[in-house]
Amino acid sequence: MKYLCLIYSDETLLHSSPDSPKDPECLAYAQAIQASGRMLAAEPLQPVASATTVRKRNGHLSITDGPFAETKEQLAGFYLIEARDLNEALQVAGGIPAARVGSVEVRPVRELAL
Amino acid sequence: MIRLLGDFDLAEEALHEAFSVALERWPQDGLPDNPRAWLISTGRFKAIDRLRRQARFTPLSQAQADALEAAEWSVEDVEDDRLRLIFTCCHPALAPDAQAALTLREICDLTTEEIARAFLSTPTTIAQRIVRAKAKIREANIPYQVPSLAELPERLDSVLRVVYLVFNEGYSASIGANLTRDELSGEAIRLGRLLLALLPEPEVMGLLALMLLHESRRAARTSASGELVLLDEQDRTLWDASLITEGCALVQRALSSRGFGPYCLQAAIAAVHAEAPHAAQTDWPQIVGLYDVLLGLLPSPVIALNRAVAVAMRDGPLAGLQQVDGILARGALQDYHLAHATRGEFCRQLGRLKEARSAYEKALSLTQQAPEKAFLEQRLAQLVSASMP
Repeated sequence: MKYLCLIYSDETLLHSSPDSPKDPECLAYAQAIQASGRMLAAEPLQPVASATTVRKRNGHLSITDGPFAETKEQLAGFYLIEARDLNEALQVAGGIPAARVGSVEVRPVRELAL
Repeated sequence: MIRLLGDFDLAEEALHEAFSVALERWPQDGLPDNPRAWLISTGRFKAIDRLRRQARFTPLSQAQADALEAAEWSVEDVEDDRLRLIFTCCHPALAPDAQAALTLREICDLTTEEIARAFLSTPTTIAQRIVRAKAKIREANIPYQVPSLAELPERLDSVLRVVYLVFNEGYSASIGANLTRDELSGEAIRLGRLLLALLPEPEVMGLLALMLLHESRRAARTSASGELVLLDEQDRTLWDASLITEGCALVQRALSSRGFGPYCLQAAIAAVHAEAPHAAQTDWPQIVGLYDVLLGLLPSPVIALNRAVAVAMRDGPLAGLQQVDGILARGALQDYHLAHATRGEFCRQLGRLKEARSAYEKALSLTQQAPEKAFLEQRLAQLVSASMP
């Protein structure tokens, strides 16, 4: 089963807290998950200031600067993983270095019956 | 059944059908050799049928039916299944109030109405909680398994917390006239025993011991007119000796094994009380020592308050009052009625009646529980008559 692990943190603090993970540690963890065969995709994101939000209403496309919602913590990156069940997914999520300074939301991926 | 199907509702329906078949067949054909295995086997075939019928509409059911037909199961798995089910119902990914409701529903077989009554809620609310929890188990694929050794401590904590919550809901209702709701405490103790049989960990022993030792005082805890009776004023001949013996033996066993924790220590404190023939003979230095260890493991202001009471018993009310004032000065427990009631009690013993009175009044304004209110009102009345010579 697929799980999306969304990494949220306060952007201004993500890299400045004493416990903040450095890039090599993040890379090493991503490689470890890759080696275990559970990695489908993982990417860090540019700061939320670079976000653009698109909506389509009554056929009209509206494009606005900024994220979907202004929140105290922002989406900083994601892991898309393959895990046997929620317990395994939580273990992977708990190991993501950024979990020490932010939070990781684990969402099961809905399988479309196509 | 739930483990085989991975779905609470499907499992319930399948077993329901199996029971209907049993009602028809068993009177004619006689009881099968192993009724439980027969029911699971029949239920499994009923579920396969049901999934095959659904398969005409959704392709997923076909795969599920095939998997179910291939799945292995044996009668020995049944006990393990109960343990798996407990861990699933108390999974930390479920909302805490849903964990308790789901455990009572699935492990203790309580009806939604019974659970609602126990938690002073409506059957609709409880039913919604259970439905939501079951949906999350299904959608997030929360597995039916006993956690691995690495995960066990944290996951067991969650299970023990639910069991203790159920016990406390039964032991002291937070609002309303009934101080105890016996059945719920009984269910929690039953769960504790089951858990101990399946998983003899020190903290499981500790929690069961703690519940048994609290339960042993039930008859002495309220007066004939339903008023709260404090520990040092209880008629100790009313305490249940067999529960105390069992509880104390469990405490001994737990403390002599490695890995005991907060439940064992709280049970040990309860055991020291239980072993004193009179309140005056309580071994207070030992209780203070146990609280010191407990505070080290679990720094909480409520535990510090309990320790303050033990210190007062050992060193006198002034020492206790200093402790309580220290806790309040740190900004903790200011809205906790027992902190102010305790403060009032110490002031009263010290003859500081005006202070005692305002502390009791503050406590009274913070509690909704009828027996506690009555107790505080009685204390206030005593103060008034004491101050009028």
